[in-house]
Amino acid sequence: MWAFINKLRSPKWFYAISARLQPWFWAAALILIVIGSVWGLAFAPADYQQGNSFRIIYVHVPAAFLAQSIFVSMAIAGVVFMVWKIKIADMAAAMMAPLGAAMTFIALFSGAVWGVPTWGTWWMWDARLTSMLILLFLYLGVIALRGAFTSRDSASRAASVLAMVGVINIPIIKYSVDWWYTLHQPASFTITGRAAMPLEMWAPLLIMVLGFYCFFIALTLMRTRSEILRRESNKRWVRDLAGGER
Amino acid sequence: MSLRLQAHSLACERDDRWLFRGLDLDIRAGEIVRVEGPNGSGKTTLLKILSGQLADYEGELFWDERPMREARDDFLSNLLYMGHAPGVKAALTPLENLTWYQAMAGQPQDEASRYAALDDVGLAGFEDLPAGQLSAGQQRRVALARLVLTPRPLWVLDEPFTAIDRDGVAALERRLFDHARRGGCVLVTTHHELTPCAELRRIHLGGGGLDDGN
Amino acid sequence: MTGTEGSVSKEVPVVFHGEPGGGLAVAFWATLKRDLVLLLRRRSEVMNPLVFFAIVITLFPIGISPDPQLLTAIAPGLLWVAALLAALLSLDSLFRADYDDGSLEQLLLTPQPLAVLALAKVAVHWLLTGLPLALMAPLLGVMLALPAGSYGVLAVSLALGSASLSLIGAIGAALTVGLSRGGVLLSLLVLPLYIPVLIFGAGAVQAAIFGDGVMAHLAILGALLALALILAPLAIAASLRISING
Repeated sequence: MWAFINKLRSPKWFYAISARLQPWFWAAALILIVIGSVWGLAFAPADYQQGNSFRIIYVHVPAAFLAQSIFVSMAIAGVVFMVWKIKIADMAAAMMAPLGAAMTFIALFSGAVWGVPTWGTWWMWDARLTSMLILLFLYLGVIALRGAFTSRDSASRAASVLAMVGVINIPIIKYSVDWWYTLHQPASFTITGRAAMPLEMWAPLLIMVLGFYCFFIALTLMRTRSEILRRESNKRWVRDLAGGER
Repeated sequence: MSLRLQAHSLACERDDRWLFRGLDLDIRAGEIVRVEGPNGSGKTTLLKILSGQLADYEGELFWDERPMREARDDFLSNLLYMGHAPGVKAALTPLENLTWYQAMAGQPQDEASRYAALDDVGLAGFEDLPAGQLSAGQQRRVALARLVLTPRPLWVLDEPFTAIDRDGVAALERRLFDHARRGGCVLVTTHHELTPCAELRRIHLGGGGLDDGN
Repeated sequence: MTGTEGSVSKEVPVVFHGEPGGGLAVAFWATLKRDLVLLLRRRSEVMNPLVFFAIVITLFPIGISPDPQLLTAIAPGLLWVAALLAALLSLDSLFRADYDDGSLEQLLLTPQPLAVLALAKVAVHWLLTGLPLALMAPLLGVMLALPAGSYGVLAVSLALGSASLSLIGAIGAALTVGLSRGGVLLSLLVLPLYIPVLIFGAGAVQAAIFGDGVMAHLAILGALLALALILAPLAIAASLRISING
């Protein structure tokens, strides 16, 4: 454990190890997403209530999962950065924020598209969609705060603190929004909130979720690697690397 | 028993630029240490690190031969820090300003000593005027009154001579040397040339440069 | 500066073992009192949020409709949202003056825990913003045709809720105090975190109008406040340390 944490202190080590890991995650993401989409879109049975429009679940749910997981990962990276002063963690957190915001937006957009055949409108104040919208605002806050500081060290710390504060609040926000929703619209129909989905439907969903996670890991590794080069551009090993490739 | 502030191979990196590296310091009772260097050489940053405000440094700090992490509370109860900004509230009178500082230092509330401290820095008669109506030099003197009001052995002063008139400068300089002679310790940055004497030591900052490790 | 020669022979006392716990109550009360005096000397700053609250409430009947039935239906939400924005308005100045004049550095360098001293400053913000807003809200409730019987609940829910708002908002204020234009960013950071308080605060007033039990809402508001009291001071202290680094 400690050896691992100490290794993480070296951007050079991370740069080397991530180069080896990255292709595997890209390959896994590609295979899983292709299998998941083909299975989900072409072979899974249509929903008895919603027909084929339910198939948007294969984008909506993985994106929503990822949107929440990325915020949690960002907060964990923030803790790692603040406690052990590991810069890699902060670089990863900085790279995750826009990705998480994008996933949140995809979840919101797919939810809105799904709303048209289901509710007959692009937007309903559905509990899940409302929580997603608030999550998007939290992401935008973290991104804006990081961008507002001129000193990058302060920006990193401030963004870490805000991510931690946000992650404590996410469950509170989620439960209060659920509670607010049941109070105002007790008997309405939620798009994904039903139990007992048959295996043929949720198996491709599971594959899609896994594929999205692999995609997230691969993309974060890739973006963190380029961030390492950018931030460490005046270090000798980076200059050697650039010289060697020239 | 002696007060001693040590730093081993202190280094501070700010946004990929080393302000200073490999700095070893051993500051003991009876010394005045003047930190010198051009603008942007990290004088203020060094004072902030040595006064425990910045945790963002490499190397080790020791107070009383104990690591700073363990000795922090002890250290802070021995420290008097004065930054660039004097820390004087414009809407409060000098007397009220000192009341707050006395409470923060954990001293018993004592109006007589507050009057005496203000008198000592030449602010007699200005005790009950809002500090905002005083001149910049007088506001600085309100802050300097803390040196009299709160007896602390370690003084860390960042540009304390700013805005002070010539008499005030001489008096403050005398005050620093007195403090050192009485077994105190002063860490100071200033553009004002201090009169050379046995107690005075200099630390020169400057340079920095690119990192060549990984 | 005269009269130091006589004391040359005196030894400087060295306090080797300070007792940080001893003076904490004194330091807390001194900070509370100092900030109260400071704000009471600049009375317009105390009045501004209250006037803002009144003006915003005036805008709604003009912008929507003076129909009492409609106003009754939306009054709880309007009052709560307007009070929340009014409290937000004064947050930016919470640490700003201390940051500019250097007393924030001094606050950080006392041997007392910074979280507790920051709590004193937040308490002043609540006493001079949240509490007056809560006391004023019933008056504006009359203008929005709020049914009799819900006025007490409105004031109590705002008093309880605004304490949480002050605590959460102070985190944002501490994070943005070092930035020259932190005001808008502060709102962006803080408003999403305010949503649970808004839901249960406005919910309490609505429940009072419908004749439902309000204790559940108030209890949850109390629980949110307890949680904020425990966690927010730590986040505020950490954020202030980041901001002072520049």
